[in-house]
Amino acid sequence: MLVKAVMSNRSAIALYVLPALILILIIIYIPLVLTGYYGMMDWKGFAPMKFIGLGNYNKLIHDSMFWKSTYHSVLLGICSTLSLLIYLAVSMVLASRIKGANLFRKIYLIPMLLSSVAIAQLWSKIYDPSNGIINHLLISMGVQNPPLWLSDPNIVLFAIFVPIVWQYAGFYIIIYYAALKNVPEEVMEAATIDGATPWQVATRIKLPLIAPVFKVTIILALVGSLKYFDLIFVMTGGGPNHASEVMASYMYGEAFSKYNFGYGSAIGFALLLICLLMTWLIRKLTTSGEDVQY
Amino acid sequence: MTKKKALPIVLALLMMLSVALAGCNSTGESASGSQGGGSGQTVIKFMHLWPEGSSNAQYTIVNEIIQDYEKQHPDIKIQTEILGNDQYREKLKVLASSNELPDVGMTWSDGFLKPYVEGQLFTPLDDVIDANLKDNFIPGVKESYAIDGKTYGMPLELNISYIFYNKELFKKYNLQVPKTYSELENIVKTLNDNKVIPAAVGNKEGWPGSFWFMYLVDRIGGPTILTDVIQGKRSFDDPAIVQAATEVQSLVDMNTFEKGNSGLSNDEAKGYFMNEQAAMFLTATWELPNYTTSPDVPQAFKDKIGYFKFPLYEGGKGTDINSYVGGPGVGLFVAENSEVKEQAKDFAAFLVKEWGDKSVTDAGVIPATKVDTDGKKLDPMYVEILKDLSTASNVTTYFDTQASPNVAELHHDLIAALFGKQITPQQFVQQTAAALAEESN
Repeated sequence: MLVKAVMSNRSAIALYVLPALILILIIIYIPLVLTGYYGMMDWKGFAPMKFIGLGNYNKLIHDSMFWKSTYHSVLLGICSTLSLLIYLAVSMVLASRIKGANLFRKIYLIPMLLSSVAIAQLWSKIYDPSNGIINHLLISMGVQNPPLWLSDPNIVLFAIFVPIVWQYAGFYIIIYYAALKNVPEEVMEAATIDGATPWQVATRIKLPLIAPVFKVTIILALVGSLKYFDLIFVMTGGGPNHASEVMASYMYGEAFSKYNFGYGSAIGFALLLICLLMTWLIRKLTTSGEDVQY
Repeated sequence: MTKKKALPIVLALLMMLSVALAGCNSTGESASGSQGGGSGQTVIKFMHLWPEGSSNAQYTIVNEIIQDYEKQHPDIKIQTEILGNDQYREKLKVLASSNELPDVGMTWSDGFLKPYVEGQLFTPLDDVIDANLKDNFIPGVKESYAIDGKTYGMPLELNISYIFYNKELFKKYNLQVPKTYSELENIVKTLNDNKVIPAAVGNKEGWPGSFWFMYLVDRIGGPTILTDVIQGKRSFDDPAIVQAATEVQSLVDMNTFEKGNSGLSNDEAKGYFMNEQAAMFLTATWELPNYTTSPDVPQAFKDKIGYFKFPLYEGGKGTDINSYVGGPGVGLFVAENSEVKEQAKDFAAFLVKEWGDKSVTDAGVIPATKVDTDGKKLDPMYVEILKDLSTASNVTTYFDTQASPNVAELHHDLIAALFGKQITPQQFVQQTAAALAEESN
């Protein structure tokens, strides 16, 4: 009764929403606007600020290093989005009542429970050029000059993508698994009675029914990749010589290592705009047709 | 009806009130905490970077000094905040940007110090140095913390760098300590033939590789050249610097360093030396405890470690083997807007003085103040190095320490690229020269 009374009273609803709203404003939206504003400053972080208008943004557009880091971020976005297909395939198998599905689900989830820094340390050891497990194996198999995973500028980026993809596997598999378990039993039963093969059940019934979930995960993966920071920062710091620099690590380096807080803020703001643009684009591309229901 | 409407609003208000009250409560507590619990004591906030876990010896010494100070000054309470090195650097920047620096804290010299001084965050310490520590510092160290004739930091540490080597490995392959650069190259060859990594270096952060570069510049172009470059008296594309960069790459070509070093941190590279996979390690004296006093390192390993000075380059202008690359480590600053500035200065001076007496014997750190070795029980390696320091003809402060943060970052990137052979020596000097030129405009 109390709940009903609250929900029918507009000013009460407003009051309940207010604390959260104020917090979000203070913690998220006001700093966002401030970041854009700082981006217009020549600012070292503590000495007085100097207003330079769009100077930083102009520099940004002509900064080849920024575009290189953007390219790396987009590459990571593409890799993460493609790996969604692998996660989906795995969860399809797990959801189809195979033996030990429960155990596997937990195994896939464990990387999610580790902190990024622990994962980064773990994979740094795995990739160690002489003492790491991968190169040890390669050398014992007779490879003369095994790849220098984290120090070869041509492969460092992809060497880092592997643990990132591995890290998020559990998260997406759980989402897909839950979505697949929500597909009504009757629909699939009806299809089987009508003579549908398991492949047809998967592609014609399960996939369309979880399409909305899939769209959300695409946005999550893409935006998450664009602003990705932690593993890269710990494993290579964006190096060697910026070969694995992404937008967020470039922003960090400019602001906190070189003390260009103004320019760092401009990069951060550009990162926000790019993320917004991507989200809008994906929504635009994926809202064709209505959600399927059976 | 009105009753029905009022209840939910009252509930909501109650909830907000409780949140607000909870907030008040915690801020109230911290406010009273910073005033020393109301017993009339003056609180000096002190932030340092030696946590109990990773720098136990330093932590203990600082704690003892603080206790002594509090005993002598019962009206003063020192409130410490301790963070590890990297977190410390981050936090200091954040505190500086919101103008909330601790009363006393640690800073690095030259390039690190400069923006803080320009932002008027540190206070000049010349008066307190003249009064308490006039002749205590090793000549030239205090000057690294001076800008426009005023000293903004009191140095605690001084580090110079040597090539540390594994005596057992050298003996096994009949190698002698090199006096000249070509002898060093021969050692590299012999070790490579015997499948021992000649030298460990970690270039992920760039600065460890820079040690090799800086010493080569010193030996080829003479001891003042890098300092001259920073002061704008010479250009970075000097032929001697190009030659030094070329020598770095020929060392790389000779497989002097472990594979993939541009992806390894200094600690990871150090592992190669500590595991005796690598025979040499060019590093600074902050590593000394690992070779002498540290209880975590087996005595058998410590006994195997010796050191030698970076050899002379045939035909180079740097003809004095007693010229070192090194620099002050951390020093103490006092915040300009501290409310207890005078007390803070006094405490900082006390800490520096006491530190000089205790750091060598208890922590194995070379202090920036002069040490009287008589009557102290010291590891022979320390005695030798302290003797070296008193006969040093020159200590060139690390290039990245002298440079601005911008140029220092670029230098680290370029060193990693130079060791990874992604750029030529010419590109290396040109890009650095361009950044330096841009800055002086």
